[in-house]
Amino acid sequence: MANGVLILAELMDGKIAAVTQELVGAAQRLGAGPVSAMLLGSGVEGAASGVTGVEKTYVVDDAALAEYTTDGFTNAAAAVVALADPAIILLGQTNAGRDLGPALSFKLGTAVAMDTTSLEMKDGKLHTTRPAYGGNARAVNGFTSTPAIATVRPKSQDAAEGGSAGVVEKVAFDASGIRTKVVARNVAASEGVRLEDADTVVTGGRGLGGPEGFADIEALAKELGGAVGASRAVADLGWRPVGEQVGLTGKVVSPTLYIAVAVSGASQHMAGCSGSKNIVAINKDPDANIFKASRFGIVGDYKTVLPAFLAAVKKVRAEG
Amino acid sequence: MHIVVLVKQVPDWDIPPSSFKVDEAAKKVVPPQGVAPVTSQFDAIAAEAAMRIKDADATTKVTIMSMGAATARDVIKQGLAMGADEGVLLTDAAFDDLDSYGAATVLSTAVKKLGDVDLVLTGRQAVDWDSGVTPTLIAGMLGAPVITFGKRVAVAGGTVTVERVLPDSLETVEASLPAVVSVSNELGEPRYPKLPQIMAAGKKQVTTWAAGDLGLDAGTLGQKLTLEALYVPVVDTKVEIMAGDTPEEQAMALAKRLQDAKLI
Ligand SMILES: Cc1cc2nc3c(=O)[nH]c(=O)nc-3n(C[C@H](O)[C@H](O)[C@H](O)COP(=O)(O)OP(=O)(O)OC[C@H]3O[C@@H](n4cnc5c(N)ncnc54)[C@H](O)[C@@H]3O)c2cc1C
Ligand SMILES: Nc1ncnc2c1ncn2[C@@H]1O[C@H](COP(=O)(O)O)[C@@H](O)[C@H]1O
Repeated sequence: MANGVLILAELMDGKIAAVTQELVGAAQRLGAGPVSAMLLGSGVEGAASGVTGVEKTYVVDDAALAEYTTDGFTNAAAAVVALADPAIILLGQTNAGRDLGPALSFKLGTAVAMDTTSLEMKDGKLHTTRPAYGGNARAVNGFTSTPAIATVRPKSQDAAEGGSAGVVEKVAFDASGIRTKVVARNVAASEGVRLEDADTVVTGGRGLGGPEGFADIEALAKELGGAVGASRAVADLGWRPVGEQVGLTGKVVSPTLYIAVAVSGASQHMAGCSGSKNIVAINKDPDANIFKASRFGIVGDYKTVLPAFLAAVKKVRAEG
Repeated sequence: MHIVVLVKQVPDWDIPPSSFKVDEAAKKVVPPQGVAPVTSQFDAIAAEAAMRIKDADATTKVTIMSMGAATARDVIKQGLAMGADEGVLLTDAAFDDLDSYGAATVLSTAVKKLGDVDLVLTGRQAVDWDSGVTPTLIAGMLGAPVITFGKRVAVAGGTVTVERVLPDSLETVEASLPAVVSVSNELGEPRYPKLPQIMAAGKKQVTTWAAGDLGLDAGTLGQKLTLEALYVPVVDTKVEIMAGDTPEEQAMALAKRLQDAKLI
């Protein structure tokens, strides 16, 4: 009889990623039986003890999993599922989860709810809530098939704290069924604070008129020790790298302070930043949607407002 | 080489959030008056990906396929105007409100019925439910590999090579054909058909298949994922707009407010 919750653990720079403990937290709060984790990759066994608050961590450590491939990770995950027999499987809405969730759904013949932001048990069954229609709507889904699979939006759940590492159980899998091959990978060089981890994010939008407009954005982010973000319009225009895109199809950030300059605040953009504790908007259009989600705002042209704001920030910080 | 592009017709997403309405009882979106439904954004980009392959090899045949209401013929016509060869419309009351599994069952059955398909191109996610599940399920049902989030798709010698966009890296992935590839906006803008192409599209053939033509019925398309509720979330933030006669005054007011709130 299927029971308990199995979560996908992921690594970031060799350590258990923040989203993993968020999944453990969500799984614990469901109260749907024992929580276990699966860690898939090559040379990952040593990191397994970094997952805490779980009874067991299944590890598939295989050279064939050195690169993420859909088939490799799906087959490895399915091998774990066959042993663990969970009622619920949770993955992060991450690079891996976005791809693996649907593939695992097919492999196990069960439904997946993508990019969920809240989960609850009703009459012993998982119900998930997810943004839909670009963030304009919320959809509540139920499952008629088991196990129920959901991917969970990063930063939407409080992380589990404390608890001890689970018993590690190694699982073997058949690596012969991998039909795609990763032939190259270019990792974008990153400097400064990582966007997803930054406590302050300064984002520029299309209203900046060109890449030059980002000079002041960068200066403000530097002054505040934060990271630079971009709207999709800006990334599509090639003004900023894709890695800086915040939103539905970009990164999800939830800093303490999110400053959006010349960003209209389309629902798909807000999908990536609405978890911010404080949103500040600078926009020349008083009716811009971004103001509806903001705590503080300035209506004005960034060309004059932004340099003045940078100077004002420096001044008040110097005066303490 | 035969490419099938899957395009979905969706409500126009480019409307002010205030005109987005939901009928909670029916669990359906109420399309704003006078705004016609459109091709899902990434699906037009998938059609562009197909046309680029056809540009490189004119012997490539491109079929545009859509499952939906009779009006989905319009989005097929758009793909035909971009230069695709034929269209297939899958429409039947049994296809209404399917979950991803049901949709993938219908679409993959139709692809199988076409018979000689080498590559299926889709959008990364449909711009209504924003799921991004169907392409992978279709690949599973076709027994073909899937590569998601492509920004460049090239075919040569029975192999498809895809550059995948990931937020912090670019990955090049290969698979043997037949395969399914989903594409993302980084691929580039879809081409804009000119009037003669739009005229020519009117003469191209669009085949219509109903459930019976595919050997399917409502009973074989059961829901695995149920929709329990659909609603518009309430945002109750109240913005404080900084007063001031000059940008300097406004900027200083904001800096002070942020300092008071210990945010800077
Ligand atoms: C399925 C889907 C997924 C998407 N995913 C994302 C995503 O992940 N992230 C994302 O950001 N978008 C995403 N989008 C796109 C989104 O819908 C918007 O098109 C985009 O966010 C707009 O970017 P923007 O606000 O920079 O530009 P615009 O909408 O053009 O807004 C520019 C703003 O700048 C203001 N402005 C202009 N000049 C000045 C000035 N001199 N001073 C001050 N203000 C000025 C204007 O008033 C306006 O509000 C997605 C869309 C779809 C359909
Ligand atoms: N009804 C449909 N008709 C044609 N293509 C579809 C349909 N539903 C989904 N697709 C394709 O599958 C992609 C992903 O859809 P989804 O999994 O619903 O987000 C879309 O971008 C389309 O290319």
